[in-house]
Amino acid sequence: MRYSGLKVITEGLFGNKGWTPAWRDPAPKAEYDVIIIGGGGHGLSTAYYLAKNHGITNIAVLEKGYLGSGNIGRNTTIVRANYFLPGNSEFYSHSMKLWEGLESDLNYNVMHSQRGLINLFHSDGQRDAFVRRGNAMINQGDDAILLDRDGVREHLPYLDFDNTRFPIYGGLLHPRGGSARHDAVAWGYARGADQRGVDLIQNCEVNGIDIENGVVRGVQTTRGAIRAKKVGIVVAGRSSQVAAMAGMRLPIESHVLQAFVTEGLKPVINHVISFGMGHFYISQSDKGGLVFGGDLDFYASYASRGNLPMVEHVMEAGMTLMPMIGRAKVLRSWGGIMDMSPDGSPVIDKTHVDGLFIDCGWNYGGFKAVPASGWCMAHLMATGEPHEVAAKFRLDRFATGHLLDEEGTGSQHNLH
Amino acid sequence: MRLTCPLCGDRDRREFYYYGAEDYLHRPAEGAPLADLDNYLHLRDNPAGVTKDLWYHEAGCSQWLLVTRNTVTHEISGVELVAGRKA
Repeated sequence: MRYSGLKVITEGLFGNKGWTPAWRDPAPKAEYDVIIIGGGGHGLSTAYYLAKNHGITNIAVLEKGYLGSGNIGRNTTIVRANYFLPGNSEFYSHSMKLWEGLESDLNYNVMHSQRGLINLFHSDGQRDAFVRRGNAMINQGDDAILLDRDGVREHLPYLDFDNTRFPIYGGLLHPRGGSARHDAVAWGYARGADQRGVDLIQNCEVNGIDIENGVVRGVQTTRGAIRAKKVGIVVAGRSSQVAAMAGMRLPIESHVLQAFVTEGLKPVINHVISFGMGHFYISQSDKGGLVFGGDLDFYASYASRGNLPMVEHVMEAGMTLMPMIGRAKVLRSWGGIMDMSPDGSPVIDKTHVDGLFIDCGWNYGGFKAVPASGWCMAHLMATGEPHEVAAKFRLDRFATGHLLDEEGTGSQHNLH
Repeated sequence: MRLTCPLCGDRDRREFYYYGAEDYLHRPAEGAPLADLDNYLHLRDNPAGVTKDLWYHEAGCSQWLLVTRNTVTHEISGVELVAGRKA
């Protein structure tokens, strides 16, 4: 079924009886050409682009819970292309271009809103770093505008400009940055993949990967064995467990990252804003809630909930930056499990097993990467060659020293 | 979360700096193959369950601690001093 404004109106006039489920609920077949382990944003977009770009439609996406039940439904929905290093810069630029055409491509409203992202800086050194980053973004063909203090004040008059400890020197405005409706991204890709014949199989946990003579043959699941010629592991925070089924030890440590949302308010924050001194970022959802977050809890964790010290820190950072939000009531907080890599950059690569591929290490920047990650993983799985914008996301780069350490913080997993 | 430091007693998590898995205690000998260094610096077991990791009592006794901890429940089952322990 094609969605349109006309369809909404006609369905509204006739009791909304004509809507059909957005995707089927098939039982797993005995064999597929491709199995994608993980029905989150990256797994669903991989399946979608395998079908759309490469004509491979005999695909199953295996999800242990329900579709989109992991980080795609737990993030702070920021979409940006403001990376600096060659390797990252072209990848996120590609992703931004896919975002800009995503709704018409998927025939699904993902509520992508290019409301502008402003990264604030609070010292001369930080300003220099942001000038350099902005130039890298412009060289990549994306957009960046350096704002001085008065320029920031024009956009964000409600910030505490008089803060003596963290004075606002200015900000880097990325006009094409913004946000999107996170669940809708998963649902849109799921529907698009299903329409092209992909089987989306929920409540199907993989508990073994079958390998014969170095070649992948399929997977064992809670719904029986399923054979496949190619298997992709796209499971974010659980990457280490699934990869261990194929005898791999990954450069990944899983950490919990918390996020928060307030009660719905009238429009107050029009941009996505990040605070350069407290690692605090905030935007307002279309429903009115202020959506914000900060750093990891800093210790390895698989609990989808965090601890109070980071709650306190995030609230302090928010109040320091924009005291006006102090009257808003926090409705919910939650945690997601981040696959932290030792350089802060992801992996999209083959493995030592023929036909087994892995897409992981998204740290806490996976949401904006969903379109390009699927695009590049699909390209790799279909052609056997890395896509040109993801060619540096190699699994062996840690061993060879070709790190992509965007923040320059070294090889400790929780510092990225 | 609270950690019971062997020297300082039951203390707030905010007094401690987290360094990562205990792999950091097993530094390869000088001249070891590069694969060993990769293993030591980057690769992790990353268990969903009981793990051992390193915490530094930054705002306390400045000791490095080896903590046995469950990554799913956040339960802490042991804290020992790194200094002087039998390897």
